[in-house]
Amino acid sequence: MTLRLQSPTKTIAFTLLLALGSMPSPAAAAAPDLADAAGNYGITPASRIHFTVAQAGGGGIVGNFARFSGSFRIDRNDVGHSTVEFTLYPESVKTGEKRIEDFLKSSAVFDTANYNTVTFRSTNVKQTGPDTAAVEGTLTARGTSRKERFSVTLLDWNRASIAFNIRGNIHRSPYGMDVGTPIYSNVVEFDMNIKGQRR
Amino acid sequence: MGSDMLRNDKAGFGWITIVLHWAIAALILALLGLGFVMRRTAIDPALQFSLYQWHKSLGFTALGLATIRALWHLIEVRPRPSASLNALERRAASATHAVLIVLALAVPLAGWAVASTSTLNIPSFYFNWIVIPHLPMAKSVAAEDLWTLVHMTLAYLLLGFVALHVLAALYHHFARRDDVLVRMLQTGSHQRASSQAAGSDPVTVGRKKP
Repeated sequence: MTLRLQSPTKTIAFTLLLALGSMPSPAAAAAPDLADAAGNYGITPASRIHFTVAQAGGGGIVGNFARFSGSFRIDRNDVGHSTVEFTLYPESVKTGEKRIEDFLKSSAVFDTANYNTVTFRSTNVKQTGPDTAAVEGTLTARGTSRKERFSVTLLDWNRASIAFNIRGNIHRSPYGMDVGTPIYSNVVEFDMNIKGQRR
Repeated sequence: MGSDMLRNDKAGFGWITIVLHWAIAALILALLGLGFVMRRTAIDPALQFSLYQWHKSLGFTALGLATIRALWHLIEVRPRPSASLNALERRAASATHAVLIVLALAVPLAGWAVASTSTLNIPSFYFNWIVIPHLPMAKSVAAEDLWTLVHMTLAYLLLGFVALHVLAALYHHFARRDDVLVRMLQTGSHQRASSQAAGSDPVTVGRKKP
């Protein structure tokens, strides 16, 4: 995939987590050249890792993970060669109800005593629109690794930082976390706002 | 079985009463056992979650059957008390039966209140089939703790009355050798038929011949 389109002023830069294009955001009002967006970024603590698990009868468990780390690289020449790696610490799960948090950390779900991280490593990045992309990669949780897919939308960009919204629906049963189904959906809906700071 | 054996008559219980009695008895014992294991023992959290859901589904079943049982108790003919019982024993038995019928309703209702006020807000998904709504009660830690205490206390009280009821039935069967236990195992019509066949006196009606 080429990142450089017909005219330099219309150049669309794109990354693993990222598409830069005609954006409403003032920060990116001038479409950036890929040379500007390309580079290495660290995921900052200002990011939000939000999730929802729907429950029978409506509503569900909503929460977030407070501790995580990661980085991504926007390839200068080929978006498809961009990469991301991300680690979250399930022990930092927050739901507003301690008993639910303890249950999620227990052997029933994340089993944080034996598996203290959940990791994601991209294997493929594909641009799907002017400011959207699909990222495929390997998600590892509780000792099981599977290919998962997230959709990425560029939110904001400037020369020092970049922000994306990233969504993905992950089935928990393949990871041995199907406790509570069908009262609670097998699908965990992730809705993450990832901020990257240029390194 | 003829329809005449479904209803109670003055001589004894019909199958509707007998089946309700033993179904509710089995549920109460299973629920007490489940309740103890899921609350008072250190078990795998996933298993504990599953046991809670079984407890709720079985509890709602008990509540439904106990409601039918209570209505049936009010509208259906009551058999004559066993001839071997004196007036005091008859009053004690009636009072115990009334308490059992009321507690069989009150315990699951208090359990429903626990599920309804819990800040965990876990749906009651009856046998993974239909969602039974929560009672219209405010959720709070204080309300959940209160109803948990009420549910537990009433459950232990029910266990006490069940023990009293069982011991009385065994006492009647083995010590007094009357028909008190047996008539909850076979219908009044059957007892009449067998008593006519055996030509026996009312006290030993329904007891199996050696």
